[in-house]
Amino acid sequence: MADDAGRLEPGGGEQRGGDVERSVLPPVRRPTELERLADWFDGRTGFGRYARMALRKVFPDHWTFLLGEVALFCFVILLATGVFMTFFYTPDSRPTTYHGPYAPLAGAQVSAAFESVMRLSFEVRAGLLMRQIHHWTALVFLGSIGVHLARVFFTGAFRRPRDINWLIGVTLLLLALAEGFTGYSLPDDLLSGTGLRIAYSAALSIPFIGPWLASLIFGGEFPTLELISRLFVFHVMLLPGLLIGAIGTHLLIVYVQTHTQYKSRATREDNVVGLPFWPGQVFRSVGLLFLTAAVIALIAGLIQINPVWLYGPFIPYAVSSPAQPDWYVGWLEGLLRLGLPFEPTILGVTIPSPFIPGIVIPGILFTILLLWPFIEARATGDHAEHHLLDWPWESPIRTATGAAGIALFLVITLAGGNDVIGVFLNVPVETLTAILRVLFVVLPVATWLLIYWLASSQRRRRAAGADTSHIRAGGVAIRRTATGGFEEIDAIEGDAD
Amino acid sequence: MLAAVGLRPYGALVLIAATVGAWALIVGPATLVAGAGQVNQVASLDTGRALYLQGCASCHGSAGQGTPNGPSIVDAGAAGADFELRTGRMPLAAPSLPEVRQPPAYDEAQIEALVAFVASLGNGPAIPDVVASVGDLARGRQIYIANCAACHGATGAGGTVGGGFVAPGLDLADPRTVAEATVVGPGPMPAFAFDRQQLDDLAAYVEELHHPPHPGGLPVAEVGPVAEGFLAFFVGIVTLVAVARWTGRAPR
Ligand code: HEC
Ligand code: HEC
Repeated sequence: MADDAGRLEPGGGEQRGGDVERSVLPPVRRPTELERLADWFDGRTGFGRYARMALRKVFPDHWTFLLGEVALFCFVILLATGVFMTFFYTPDSRPTTYHGPYAPLAGAQVSAAFESVMRLSFEVRAGLLMRQIHHWTALVFLGSIGVHLARVFFTGAFRRPRDINWLIGVTLLLLALAEGFTGYSLPDDLLSGTGLRIAYSAALSIPFIGPWLASLIFGGEFPTLELISRLFVFHVMLLPGLLIGAIGTHLLIVYVQTHTQYKSRATREDNVVGLPFWPGQVFRSVGLLFLTAAVIALIAGLIQINPVWLYGPFIPYAVSSPAQPDWYVGWLEGLLRLGLPFEPTILGVTIPSPFIPGIVIPGILFTILLLWPFIEARATGDHAEHHLLDWPWESPIRTATGAAGIALFLVITLAGGNDVIGVFLNVPVETLTAILRVLFVVLPVATWLLIYWLASSQRRRRAAGADTSHIRAGGVAIRRTATGGFEEIDAIEGDAD
Repeated sequence: MLAAVGLRPYGALVLIAATVGAWALIVGPATLVAGAGQVNQVASLDTGRALYLQGCASCHGSAGQGTPNGPSIVDAGAAGADFELRTGRMPLAAPSLPEVRQPPAYDEAQIEALVAFVASLGNGPAIPDVVASVGDLARGRQIYIANCAACHGATGAGGTVGGGFVAPGLDLADPRTVAEATVVGPGPMPAFAFDRQQLDDLAAYVEELHHPPHPGGLPVAEVGPVAEGFLAFFVGIVTLVAVARWTGRAPR
């Protein structure tokens, strides 16, 4: 870090508490109550110094840096609505009789968990709205993580020293997936029960340890009485705890390492050009929080999601078709549906057919995603630190690989809904599955070649032409100087449109 | 600076437009109105035979014995013929085509005549009596979930059953069609032996599925998480990326 001292936050270790700085300020007026409270706190914690540092933190001015914030705000909404729902939810698989207002289920045997979700949906004031906001937000949360990840990937923001934050980010994605899947299962309805059964058989298919692992997670042979209470602990305690910890670390590292920024005339490897947190970025972020909540509330207030009363309680012998998980797990379901009925015998152990598509392939894909910064550094030999972002065309191989990954994800996600899409397009599922199996191989390769060609011809064109960066007049921004101070610059140069 | 986060009118318009667009997308499929005029005519076997020879015999044979183009319908009975004709499945345009629901090719009187004729060919099942209004929803739901949801879906939206067959959505199936379908077992669907009470209950629940309560707003879940996922992505994510784009525009 010594070699880029210009990027480090100001303030050496000499000052203890905020007193030293405070004493040099002439007392203009009597401090307000709030300031006295802040002083009191500051005198005991030395908090003021950090707060001032944090308030001066510079945020590069480009809208794509807000995508991660959208994901963060979704998480906030999930926490708020989730806490509300735990007041009414009963994490219990034990059977009870439904006596609520939904007539078709009158007198039906349902689990206590399902009963409480019905009560939440039909009897608790605003309960259904909270459920719908929570569920829609979950769908959007995973999507915004995906979009944020794509931004980080295609701009090369994951390169050293931010490879560590990439690792945390991909872990966050995994945690969010698990969080989503466990939440989807909590209502204990017929549809999610089908999903759990599939997850159980995938876990069971792992050679040697499968049965042991499956019964460890599920608490015995599916369906078990412990299942719901375990999922509940995962969903409201373990996974959110890990998520909060990982998000905190993720943000702390961004803070410590400072932001990346796009190339422009003003930006260099050793500065950060943008708006200070206060007064600047904070208005943007708070505004974005409210807008995110507003958009989701609008969707959730108008469009019904997961009508568990129609699916009814989970009954082990019943199934509903079509049965799909939420979209972000669709790719796992899709891999299972694309998988060939192939059961090799290795070392005298028959590998059940869900193992390869359900465990091995997702494992490989996630490992590649997780280790991408290191794979790329090894392949290009570029182990240097980078604080300026690449434009996608500047690294055709990376961009082509990312696009191929998206194409692959698209094919397997569609395969997860092959029956629904088959009906919709009036094509037999078998035909559709065969087409998707071909696309599984062909589309990523074709995408790779196409994007590689596009990106590298763009790169050639840019290299041949003059400097295309243009100056946009009118922006007022603060530039971080090498000594840690600030200066106002009267134009933001760059490609921020 | 604050203007950067103030909601400008066109931003709100974009939001509303996106929502309305999604709405139109979902509500799109229009409901079909069954338009058979109630013509009360005594079905005559002769009319039935004439229609049969004209429209059906080429595939099913002059006495319903079957030909290489179509199976024997000697024991299809009134239930079988009524089901096939009222749902427009018969007559097939060509022997190789799958049977699909479409508007009936014959009017009410002609259907009655044809049904009477086909019923006279053998000992097939009669048209079952069914009155949905006396059925019990809760019992009907149980019968439905246990026997029908695996193919037609818990919401009655329909689904694939493999082999290129599709279990159609039940949104057009009236109580009579439901009862006949369980007696006949068309195509890959098994036949069921429900008693009168069970048929009433089942029909009542299928009627309920036509207009289930949608306390949560616009229903999109008839096809479940697939539709929800599309909406989450193409309305939710796209709008939020636009919102981020707009929030993050350069300060003025
Ligand atoms: C182009 C040939 C063709 C014509 C014309 C035709 N059918 Fe059919 N019919 C078939 C075939 C093929 C099947 C079997 C369809 C299937 O199972 O998918 C069938 C099935 C049936 C069945 C059900 C048989 C069973 O056991 O389930 C009935 C009833 C029937 N047809 C009645 C009629 C009547 C009445 C007409 C005249 C209005 C008619 N069909 C016209 C070819 C034809
Ligand atoms: C094995 C899957 C399967 C099961 C189980 C099944 N069906 Fe079907 N059903 C089908 C298929 C496939 C068709 C379309 C048949 C054809 O057109 O040849 C169908 C057609 C129907 C139709 C005609 C729909 C229309 O609008 O034309 C009705 C009504 C129906 N089924 C009701 C039921 C009911 C009620 C049950 C439960 C008691 C049930 N089905 C169980 C597969 C199934």
